[in-house]
Amino acid sequence: MTEYNFAYLDEQTKRMIRRAILKGLAIPGYQVPFASREMPMPYGWGTGGVQVSAAVLTPKDTFKVIDQGADDTTNAVSIRTFFQRTAGVATTTTTSDATVIQTRHRIPEEPLHEGQILVYQVPIPEPLRFLEPRESETRKMHSLEEYGLMHVKLYEDISRHGHIATSYAYPVKVEGRYVMDPSPIPKFDNPKLGDMAAIQLFGAGREQRIYALPPYTQVVSLDFEDHPFEASKADHPCGMCGATDSYLDELIIDDAGGRMFVCSDTDYCEVRQAAGHKRKDAA
Amino acid sequence: MTPLLSVQGITKRYGTHIGCADVSFDLYPGEVMGIVGESGSGKSTLLNCMAGHLTPDAGQVVFDTRTDGPHDTITMSEPERRMLGRTDWAFVHQHARDGLRIGVSAGGNVGERLMAVGERNYGDIREKATDWLGRVEIDASRVDDRPTTFSGGMQQRLQIARNLVTGPRLVFMDEPTGGLDVSVQARLLDLLRGLVRDMGLSAIIVTHDLAVVRLLADRLMVMKTGRVVEAGLTDQVLDDPQHAYSQLLVSSVLQV
Ligand SMILES: [Zn+2]
Repeated sequence: MTEYNFAYLDEQTKRMIRRAILKGLAIPGYQVPFASREMPMPYGWGTGGVQVSAAVLTPKDTFKVIDQGADDTTNAVSIRTFFQRTAGVATTTTTSDATVIQTRHRIPEEPLHEGQILVYQVPIPEPLRFLEPRESETRKMHSLEEYGLMHVKLYEDISRHGHIATSYAYPVKVEGRYVMDPSPIPKFDNPKLGDMAAIQLFGAGREQRIYALPPYTQVVSLDFEDHPFEASKADHPCGMCGATDSYLDELIIDDAGGRMFVCSDTDYCEVRQAAGHKRKDAA
Repeated sequence: MTPLLSVQGITKRYGTHIGCADVSFDLYPGEVMGIVGESGSGKSTLLNCMAGHLTPDAGQVVFDTRTDGPHDTITMSEPERRMLGRTDWAFVHQHARDGLRIGVSAGGNVGERLMAVGERNYGDIREKATDWLGRVEIDASRVDDRPTTFSGGMQQRLQIARNLVTGPRLVFMDEPTGGLDVSVQARLLDLLRGLVRDMGLSAIIVTHDLAVVRLLADRLMVMKTGRVVEAGLTDQVLDDPQHAYSQLLVSSVLQV
């Protein structure tokens, strides 16, 4: 029988991570270095998010994990099970019941409320990396607010595609100061980042960075005057619940290449279906 | 008249080796200063000290800023100096690749400085970039092409456009024609001369090529082992060099 410390990490490590989180909350959007620990799962599985969750969970919390909006992927199930075992916390798939939500690639459709914490898994925390690989230089750009390069990236997008084609990890400016990568959420979710009632924490395990947005933080998606930011999504209603306001995944539903658009947020879709919402027609 | 740039006693040592020693001169608006010497003469060290890429051990580099008048750029804060580097100053590297973003289109390369100073209208940025490509004789149809698809001469012209787009008042050039074929050099020199004249640019050009300074520089400094051994009007120095080393330099060119 293996004895785990609460939420797997030892108390000293959790204190170190909490200090990084508090610093992140004090300087919204600023990437705080932290000493990432080995976790019993590979890096691609969100070890940064897992460490942040481990540092903020308390025995009374109710924990939810979503992966691309779904609670039932292998990744989501394994992280949920991990904290069930190591922290003994209650788990849920219902967004409004959760106190801590760890997510990969989505923000829940249902607006979060005060007291909730949303923990993002981040693969690449540095938004300037695309054009400036030197870490020493990107750090200087952040400290001196030299963000022209971020617009060069968007310029390239427009010159190549006729519009800003960046649809995931769309860069934002936080409180008029730090430019931040919101992790690979679809840009449809970007407007939810700002003015959110919940605390948002971002953990990058391999890159050893934590950053944060305290509640009700101003978050603006970068754009051009003549190419304004648009929170786009597929122009369909959900094929299961008929929702027209949620982010949709496209599914192949039969061998003939038939397709259906459904809510990527499975909890949102199920709650709507349970409340009697159905797709409008069978077209 | 206030000098645009006043360099006083610039000294840079590398351990016991002298990079450049006690260099002083004034550059007035619209003037082009050439700095010639062999490799190892200290001309590149001096250029990098003036442009803020190296910190000299002694001396001042006083620039007449637009907003605050003369300021020592060596003691000014790093954000101020970097801002100067994106606005009133420009730096043309010998190797275009050092001065370009190789993974970014020609238009993006030219537009970067505009975006760095806050321009946020894509159409305007693209129009200015296209206009500048024309001014350095790059066809507008290449605006979305990456510099990797450009010839060496085109890359160098693109680097120049990228530097001049914000209308800098002072351009530092480090061997701007180095490494290019002779015919390409001639075209680039013609272009540079036109731009300097049309824009009333002030420039400091470091080169070992006396043809470059003959064509572009109003005044000349000859450097040897870190020190200025002779300075004067370009034609005067080239036609009637006084210092033995200048005479050697000029005569060696005549033999080529
Ligand atoms: Zn649905």
